[in-house]
Amino acid sequence: MWDNINVLVQAPIFNVQLLIDGVLIGAIFALAAYGMALVWGVMNIINIAQGEFVILGGFVTWWFTVQGMNPFLGIPVSFAVLFVVGWIIYKIVIRRVVDQDLFISILATFGISILLQQLMNVMFDSDVQTVESGLGTYFMFDDTVTITEIKVVGFVLALVLGAVIVTFMTKSKLGQAIRATAQNARAARILGINTDRVYAVTYSLNAAICGAAGALVVMTWNVQAFQGLAYTVRSFMIVVVAGVGNLPAVVVSALGLGALENFAGFILGSEFQMAFIFSLLVVILVWRNFRLKKHRQVLR
Amino acid sequence: MTWPLNNKVLYGTILTLTILAPILFPNYQTQLAYLWLMVLLAMTWDIQGGQSGYNSFGNIVFFGIGMYTTAVVQRFMFYNFDEYEKTAGTLDSISASDYVLSLVIGGAGSALLCVIVAIVLGSAVLGLRGHYFAICTLGLSIAAGEIAGGIDFIGAGSGMVTPVFPDGLGDKGIFFYIIFFVLVAACHFTLKKLYGGRFGLALNAIRDDEDKAEAMGLRTTRYKAVAWAVSAFYLGIAGGAMGNLIGFIDPIATAFAGPTFGVWMVLMAILGGKGTIWGPIIGAMVFHVTQELFWTYLFGWQRVALGAMIIAIVVFFPQGIMGFIRERWPHLMGHTVDENQTADKGKEGAA
Repeated sequence: MWDNINVLVQAPIFNVQLLIDGVLIGAIFALAAYGMALVWGVMNIINIAQGEFVILGGFVTWWFTVQGMNPFLGIPVSFAVLFVVGWIIYKIVIRRVVDQDLFISILATFGISILLQQLMNVMFDSDVQTVESGLGTYFMFDDTVTITEIKVVGFVLALVLGAVIVTFMTKSKLGQAIRATAQNARAARILGINTDRVYAVTYSLNAAICGAAGALVVMTWNVQAFQGLAYTVRSFMIVVVAGVGNLPAVVVSALGLGALENFAGFILGSEFQMAFIFSLLVVILVWRNFRLKKHRQVLR
Repeated sequence: MTWPLNNKVLYGTILTLTILAPILFPNYQTQLAYLWLMVLLAMTWDIQGGQSGYNSFGNIVFFGIGMYTTAVVQRFMFYNFDEYEKTAGTLDSISASDYVLSLVIGGAGSALLCVIVAIVLGSAVLGLRGHYFAICTLGLSIAAGEIAGGIDFIGAGSGMVTPVFPDGLGDKGIFFYIIFFVLVAACHFTLKKLYGGRFGLALNAIRDDEDKAEAMGLRTTRYKAVAWAVSAFYLGIAGGAMGNLIGFIDPIATAFAGPTFGVWMVLMAILGGKGTIWGPIIGAMVFHVTQELFWTYLFGWQRVALGAMIIAIVVFFPQGIMGFIRERWPHLMGHTVDENQTADKGKEGAA
């Protein structure tokens, strides 16, 4: 561990490499996190199956690419496929848990997540899959910093997609209905908004956003059927740090998490990267609670 | 009309069935040992999830810590560490009395360590509320597995081997069957005693309205930490025994098995009816049989079946078997249905 820190001190250029890689990856996390914040804010559901939607999106893109499609078309295709998947899941399960206790929805989405995991395992095999985007690599600082072009493209696409979704939420009639329902579902219902449909669209939109994120993940990284939970936890952390319904903060904390995770992976070694993510979750939550506690008078 | 069985008849029947079961089904002795383990997992989870309303996914952490602690204690008692490394797990067998002694010391050590971890960790984590707590403990259980998988001292990702079960103690299945049954019985009576007094009422008050409980002067975090320590105590011992029963400890698949045991314990308690003393026991038995059938007949699809089952249980049957009985035949429970009566849930089954 100290050796790795030493490397970073001796050769500062590595820091630049890690930082850029991390920030570029972080933009993709931001997409999934925004979807989670959407469902959390509107329906008061924490969707544990978030990561599985990302992975499923990746597999959809991979499958179509194997059939000979341009990988970049995978983004809209995964978006559409996952929208349908989300709609089906909403109609069968989520509709019944929207008004219930939070723990019920956590467990129900957890059930969906392990169901999807093995379903993907059966359908697409347990191998780690990746898609070649066919793009090149940028070299900077006398070839010491390399950035694959696809990461930059993924970063830009993630930001564009995010901007489109935000515009949809603020400008379109349906987006406004979604936000109205988030503010006060009962009042929205009284004013003639079909909240069941709003919920369905929200959940499907979330799945679709994750699907698009998954398409970017499979091109920049790789996907495997049982990797999903890490994306769920990342999204959750990002939303907890940023606060529900605060999009700029979601983007910033996602980029920060991406960079942090990349540094941790380098310093601690890749075998501890997952451990780092999950431990960070615990630390963030405890720290948040500690800060809240300062404002509260409690017995100890 | 009250509960049709009085305590003596009930416990007598259970004891008789417990003795008869391994004799009647000699091929399923290990399975029956697992059954009691499942019951214990569900019961200890219910202290958090049912009685105090804290839905923990992280109780599996204590199970894993217990498993590793016992195995490490046994390794230090019987084997030279370097020699152990060289032989890479092909171990000499040890005498029966030494084995039992190592289990006792290992179990005591596991229990102690788990209680300490529960108190220390609990004072930090148990301040979280609702879904933050649930997700935090989920992260905790996975982090524990990942960290254990990176520590060379306990075999890292390639796992640890526990001592070979010695001759002279009879059948391995029966041996652990008895251990787990004794643990379940001890846990059952501990919980009965705890729920019958101020402690149980305090936990239920925390579940029903934590802010009010705090305002009434209950030191809620302290109660929650003690409750977690009770769970940890039994889980630690059970984990140690489980490690020896399986014979091999994998950090993610057996010790910190969040997606299997960690979730099953939640499901079993919910299926049986959380917040009741008999619910987790019944739920565990029903669930274990179902789950074994899935694993046998639906292999490769078992997680799909399990996921579907989770959804079905929590969506359509959240009140559980005991809750269903209480709703349907309230007189059987010996009390009339009172909408506000939630604090008394721990006591049905008593005559």
